Amino acid sequence: MSLAEAFDEPAFVPYLCVGDPSVERTREYVQALVRGGADVLELGLPFSEPIAEGPTIQGSVVRALEAGTTPEQYFEFVDSLDVDVPVVCMTYYNLLYQYGDSDGPGSFVERAAEVGISGFVIPDLPAEEAGPLRTACDDHGLDLVFIVAPTTEGERLERMAGLSSGYLYVQARLGVTGAKADVSDQTEASLAKVSQYDIPKAVGFGVSSGDQARHIVEAGADGVIVGSALVDIVADHGDPEGDDVPERLESKARELSEGVAAGAENMAKPEGQ
Amino acid sequence: MSHETRRDGETGTTDEDRPGTFGRYGGQYVPEALMPAVQELEDAYERYVLEKEDGFVDEFRRRLRDFGGRPTPLQRADRLSDRLDREVYLKREDLLHGGAHKLNNALGQVLLAKYMGKERIVAETGAGQHGTATAMAAAHLDMPCEVYMGTRDIQRQRPNVFRMRLNGSEVNPVSAGRGTLKEAINETMRDWATNVQDTHYVIGSVVGPHPFPEMVRTFQSVISEEARGQIREQAGRLPDSVVACAGGGSNTMGTFHEFVGDEAVDLFAVEAGGSSLAVDEETGVAPNSASLSTGTEGVLHGARTKLLQDSDGNVVESHSVSSGLDYAGVGPELAHLVDTERVTPVNVDDDEALEAFHLLSQEEGIIPALESAHAIAFARANPEQLGELTVINVSGRGDKDLESVIEETEQRELENAPSMDIFERAAGDTEGGI
Ligand SMILES: Cc1ncc(COP(=O)(O)O)c(C=O)c1O
Repeated sequence: MSLAEAFDEPAFVPYLCVGDPSVERTREYVQALVRGGADVLELGLPFSEPIAEGPTIQGSVVRALEAGTTPEQYFEFVDSLDVDVPVVCMTYYNLLYQYGDSDGPGSFVERAAEVGISGFVIPDLPAEEAGPLRTACDDHGLDLVFIVAPTTEGERLERMAGLSSGYLYVQARLGVTGAKADVSDQTEASLAKVSQYDIPKAVGFGVSSGDQARHIVEAGADGVIVGSALVDIVADHGDPEGDDVPERLESKARELSEGVAAGAENMAKPEGQ
Repeated sequence: MSHETRRDGETGTTDEDRPGTFGRYGGQYVPEALMPAVQELEDAYERYVLEKEDGFVDEFRRRLRDFGGRPTPLQRADRLSDRLDREVYLKREDLLHGGAHKLNNALGQVLLAKYMGKERIVAETGAGQHGTATAMAAAHLDMPCEVYMGTRDIQRQRPNVFRMRLNGSEVNPVSAGRGTLKEAINETMRDWATNVQDTHYVIGSVVGPHPFPEMVRTFQSVISEEARGQIREQAGRLPDSVVACAGGGSNTMGTFHEFVGDEAVDLFAVEAGGSSLAVDEETGVAPNSASLSTGTEGVLHGARTKLLQDSDGNVVESHSVSSGLDYAGVGPELAHLVDTERVTPVNVDDDEALEAFHLLSQEEGIIPALESAHAIAFARANPEQLGELTVINVSGRGDKDLESVIEETEQRELENAPSMDIFERAAGDTEGGI
């Protein structure tokens, strides 16, 4: 399934960092998320300098790196994943840049295409620097998702909406990733700002409950991205064999995907009901 | 609902001639949330600094003089000249207010932030010198300031932590990684991304996204503007060589900039060779900070540059006895000047730097920063490369390093270290006397 198709109905998009605490456990976790209703998976490839992440995801990235997770292991993992939802790779530019023999991100994108990755989110790559990656993605038929921040406006917004494919990642609030209890006031304004563009809009940064997810879809989002609230559960793993992390991930995912579905239903109702 | 992908192939290309690039290096690799702030800064830098609008440059110069104590002297080092059998001049940035070249940049940026209407300052610091300089400038210009500092550096550079607190700045410990400069920069970027609307990030070296590398170099170039005039006046000619230590490279670029066009002047950037030039396979630690000599091209902290990384592209932890050089990257312009062979990268190890620290203390009466001691150590070990007349930048004074120098000295066999057993003797006498 293509990324665009995954957003035909409002989509629930969970994030996990691959390799925390091990690649094999990530497999169980990912399957749990899919059972819980994931429509798209954002899978993090850990990088040593995660400057866009708050403490929760930083912790996950550190554990994944300590477990020895490499880009090649990540690719093999995605290749062997037996799930029916598109996978988006989330990582930082230096890992793309260093991979393989190409001068630039070409080899990385080629390998990603080979293992069935649908697209990328690269938080430290603004439109100004994205030319080579955009070209490589076009060459291999992959999507490149840009993050629209609360501070993105005017000409830059125009340009990013034009460059982005797959979906637009609408950053719900300033700052770094991390679970928050409320829906940012910013969300509606951010969605209004991008409503004119004909590309799915997925809102992330701070979403942690089904209720929030519902609100966000009601505000007009085509998708809801949730990372830290899930990584919090992963961080809490105990016995590597017998803990209940997969069950808890599944039920959190269900709460979130049901929130998304409820929001979609309310949107479908005629005005005033 | 169908979603068609629209794209404009004309935009988003990386052009090596774009402003903010130096050959292959530089650029603006930052999260989207920061891009508008980076562009606002670009604009303010052009208006106030380059085009001298609203009297910014005059005010900056006046404050550097009255508050900072510029110009700093260029001093002939008599015994070092004798010892190395050539003319050795020291550019005394250690005499700048705060005790290091860092104030040139910190004052420039805090003042610029004021002109931009920003209300809050954040900064990272390694050795604490940049944090101290920023705290001083912020107090001087009445701006609230928070400084991020690695926990390991907080231990190594206690006096500077006191100074920042005394100047009214908050100091936020960063415990990620090895708790050094790289992690402090990450955390300051996160703060900036959160508070970008009213906050300016005063970056401490010629690193980060454009316009920082160029702007910090511009503020630091006062070093070479002065030194070039001073050496011509005092020695009657340009030097054969100029030597400066290089961490991120701000004192380096500041000391080199006005000499770059003088092709007969050799420029030496002295990096921290740490305890070894090879990366330890097991720990992933490069026990050095020699990114110019041993690094490879990559993207770190907003710029494409040379950095210490593993084969996957994860950044490895650097090491140096000197906190201010303990960094896995280096400024993009300096990386470019090395590629084009205008600047020669060299390095000295921890022991050589400590010996040079003691040498300058004993023979010139100048206690240098451990960072600056690297520049002295290179000159001492390689006098034949310096020509007849050399200028060495003493980027800072060593007061901040006393505790760690005593500790490091005790752990090594250094040929010229004084004994500090006086404390034990005094302690013994005191006990005996009670
Ligand atoms: C005295 C001194 N010299 C040099 C440096 C290294 O920085 P740069 O390479 O940017 O000059 C520092 C950094 O803290 C410093 O305190």
